[in-house]
Amino acid sequence: MKLNELTIHEAHQLLLKREISAEELTKAVLDRIDRVEETIKAFLTVDREGALENSKKVDSEGDYSCALAGIPVAIKDNICTKDLKTTCASKMLANFIPPYDATVCEKLKAGKAIIIGKTNMDEFAMGSSTENSGFFVTRNPWDTERVPGGSSGGSAAAVAADECIFALGSDTGGSIRQPASHCGVVGLKPTYGRVSRYGLVAYASSLDQIGPITKDVTDCAIVLNAIAGWDEKDSTCANLPVPDFTESLVADVRGMKIGLPREYLGEGIDPDVREAIISAARTFEKLGAVCEEISLPHTEYALAAFYIIATAEASSNLARYDGIRYGVRARDYDDLLDLYKKTRSEGFGDEVKRRIMLGTYALSSGYYEAYYLKAQKVRTLVKRDFDQAFEKYDIIIAPTAPTPAFKIGEKTDDPLKMYMSDVCTIPVNMAGLPAISIPCGFSNGMPVGLQIIGKPFDEATILRAAYTFEQATDYRKKPAL
Amino acid sequence: MKITIETVEHVANLARLYLSEDEKAEMAKKLNSILEYMDKLNELDTTDVPPTAHIIPIKNVFREDVVKESLPREEALKNAPDKERGFFKVPRIIED
Repeated sequence: MKLNELTIHEAHQLLLKREISAEELTKAVLDRIDRVEETIKAFLTVDREGALENSKKVDSEGDYSCALAGIPVAIKDNICTKDLKTTCASKMLANFIPPYDATVCEKLKAGKAIIIGKTNMDEFAMGSSTENSGFFVTRNPWDTERVPGGSSGGSAAAVAADECIFALGSDTGGSIRQPASHCGVVGLKPTYGRVSRYGLVAYASSLDQIGPITKDVTDCAIVLNAIAGWDEKDSTCANLPVPDFTESLVADVRGMKIGLPREYLGEGIDPDVREAIISAARTFEKLGAVCEEISLPHTEYALAAFYIIATAEASSNLARYDGIRYGVRARDYDDLLDLYKKTRSEGFGDEVKRRIMLGTYALSSGYYEAYYLKAQKVRTLVKRDFDQAFEKYDIIIAPTAPTPAFKIGEKTDDPLKMYMSDVCTIPVNMAGLPAISIPCGFSNGMPVGLQIIGKPFDEATILRAAYTFEQATDYRKKPAL
Repeated sequence: MKITIETVEHVANLARLYLSEDEKAEMAKKLNSILEYMDKLNELDTTDVPPTAHIIPIKNVFREDVVKESLPREEALKNAPDKERGFFKVPRIIED
């Protein structure tokens, strides 16, 4: 097996036994990037020199006891990396070099992980296919005519194509889980508040969360261990004890109560996807769990409420891009107002402008109650559905995405059609819950993802269910690239 | 049609965006189709439902008021499109 194809835990064992060095591992990943990046285009920046230098440093220190020591990681380009360009795939931030690290990057560096580069995404994380990148489109390693999903499409594609050992993404309405599903890898959105958002460029602050994209469930637990925990720099980060998530890697779901919501298997769900999820439920039953059909009646309203709340928060968060303190500034302008308007009109792409407009409208005088307040009330109803279900069930399973990865260009003309590809993941963000996507089948050669949703701060149980499923099945494959 | 060209112009001004005539027409069309879908929310009676602004019940998060090192001025100015003598530089905003 080639070194770049290793998981974190496999590479860690070889490093501990001194069978490989961090430099060899990093070189293997960089070689892979050289070979396939022209086709996949997962990276906006590759920090070749920095990565090699850091890997040599880890080798010279010779201490590989940290689980991530010497392991190459790709970071989504909306997570700040000190002295390494962070663009959010936007022309607005084309030249932005953060003077500080996001807390998650600080933690990865403290654990001696090697940051290999920054991955492509939909501009400011607004999209479901990575086609809204201000720079270029990323391709799905399973079929390069198809999208990798989004908005963390670069991170998911890089993991699937073995251009890194693992990656970080961010998830506001499905942006970790949906691309993980489309690329046949594992993606976890932790509970809101489990991981610090300090240094994550804000899109919708009440919904955003950083999480791992990995090759298997074990790696996912290892990365969550490294990035979880309270942070005084993020006032929305929960001050709760963090368990050792690798202790959840036990293949046993006997007696576990699983809810299968009928709203996630109805209209709009591809028949192959539906079949894969029902088959996954049968697998869990064979393994000793109890699966029952349940109802989450407000599911169909979550998408509309989400796009009001998310765009309202975005319109406020993106007001900071004014061409004064950082980012680009328009070349010619008459006065300050003209400077703002020209800078923003030139710097933002179409979808970002559309969401800023929608959010500004929803918050504007006369419409606030009809849209924003209404959406927040519906958010309460969506959350109550989950609260009630979790009184009786340990986890909920559902598709991650309604269809396998779609063709590049298929949905770019119709924003609403694009928004619909997040229909299975959005309710989870609305309720702040943790959820993981793992491979559970194929449809015409394209991977299908199973979503496992848990109670707040109970990542342990979804990891255990995911691990049990993974060990009992054989859906973890690699694309022929 | 909820969103007229005039509404688009008003909101674009609030959002500090310029849109060309073509962009205005396209924006009105797409926003109307999205808002039409949002109207689905009116099927629900939410009279007695409290709004959720934030999912975890933490309020008034304070930390100790301790002096700490801050970002050096040079670092804070590093990404500025225009600067002069240790300040961000902006066009004149005060009339003579």
